[in-house]
Amino acid sequence: MIRFLSLISLIVGTTFAFAADQPAVRIEPTNLPGPRPLEKQTEAAAIGDYLRAWQSLRLALEQNRADLLDADFIGTAKDKLTDTIQEQTKLGIRTRYQDRSHDLQVVFYSPEGLSIQLVDNVEYDVQLLDQDKTQTTQMVRARYIAILTPSEVRWRVRVFQAESR
Amino acid sequence: MRSPITLLAVALVLSMMQPLSAENTVSPPKTVYAGDAFSIQTTGNGRAVLYIVGPGQVLRRDVQLGQTTFFPARTLTNAGHYLAVLEGVPSTEGKAFDVAPAKLPMNLSFLAKPSRLPVGLHDGISGTVYVFDAYENLITAPAPVSFQLSSGSGTVQSRTIETLNGVAWAQMDSEAKEGSAKFVARVGEISSTRVIQEVPGDPCGLKMSARQSGDKLEVETNSMRDCAGNIVPDGTIVTFTELYNGAQSTVDVPIKHGVAKAEMPAYNGARISAATGVVLGNEIYWGKQ
Repeated sequence: MIRFLSLISLIVGTTFAFAADQPAVRIEPTNLPGPRPLEKQTEAAAIGDYLRAWQSLRLALEQNRADLLDADFIGTAKDKLTDTIQEQTKLGIRTRYQDRSHDLQVVFYSPEGLSIQLVDNVEYDVQLLDQDKTQTTQMVRARYIAILTPSEVRWRVRVFQAESR
Repeated sequence: MRSPITLLAVALVLSMMQPLSAENTVSPPKTVYAGDAFSIQTTGNGRAVLYIVGPGQVLRRDVQLGQTTFFPARTLTNAGHYLAVLEGVPSTEGKAFDVAPAKLPMNLSFLAKPSRLPVGLHDGISGTVYVFDAYENLITAPAPVSFQLSSGSGTVQSRTIETLNGVAWAQMDSEAKEGSAKFVARVGEISSTRVIQEVPGDPCGLKMSARQSGDKLEVETNSMRDCAGNIVPDGTIVTFTELYNGAQSTVDVPIKHGVAKAEMPAYNGARISAATGVVLGNEIYWGKQ
């Protein structure tokens, strides 16, 4: 569904919002520096898989279940998120990351086609629960850089890193 | 009616029972470099729990309010956007800060493609480099990446490309001469090397000759080379085709020591041709006109 809607967004080039609790997604036009053209279907697939990775992230950190990352994360990104979940479990903490909006742009497609880099200006809510008691709920704006690599049936997030916008 | 002292005591007890308020604040630094020691200042009185949360890491510390809490090196190693939150403080009081990648590159993710290609291809080789620090954080600050492709014959191609969002890429030509080439990417003191096999291209012209040997015809190509003079590798298939009286017979032969040989029936009036890949050789008419 997300992939389909992303494809539509690519076509019409407008902002749209998913149903309730689904983030608004805006996809900026690409202006790639590399020699390899990025087909619209490839772009839509990568972006759809990236947005699905946010859902996995939310569920995994909320439920402290690292196995929920398996489908959408790989390599360093998965290792680091898994470590976070283990630490949360040890401390009795849970976190909820509810993404509200994404402003996405594909900024690099490697010449051999084995990696795609996205920049995502994202707004999300962070809720911190210690022993199920809410300690804070806060809206955050951050600029995420993600590197996705192809796997068997989808793009997976290999690098997932944020900085201030 | 209660005395002022009683009221004062009640007020004191109540104030001690209250949760931490907005007067208790937390002030993290705006940016911390991954792996560096840092400190966080709090205001207020008493003890509290300080949380640092982000997708990349979480910390929970008991702190003395009003004092500086020190975090030793290697406490926060994962670059990202974090929140520092004091227990019981209203949600808006959490402070965001960044853990930036360490400045020093320590690891390159270098993908060179293809690992084997024909000689003489313009922009035939591509290299992509992602630059990481010691904690596997992508270093997003611009950094010059030196790409160098050196062949066995001593020819060197070099490019220096500055990273954008942590990535740099370059394309190189394959050499005119076959052999192994070293493709090196370097950032500062860190380098990564890949070996590229440059193999001969398609034969540059294919000629064959024929001679009779009993009732057979021995056909043989010349020494096959590509347009840069490299001998076409053994195992390359040459197809000999004989047309005689409306019938066609073919023989596929691998090249050995640069030459392909085959035996075919020696029919008077047969037409014999040779081809390999997209290259078509000469045609021989055998026998009496």
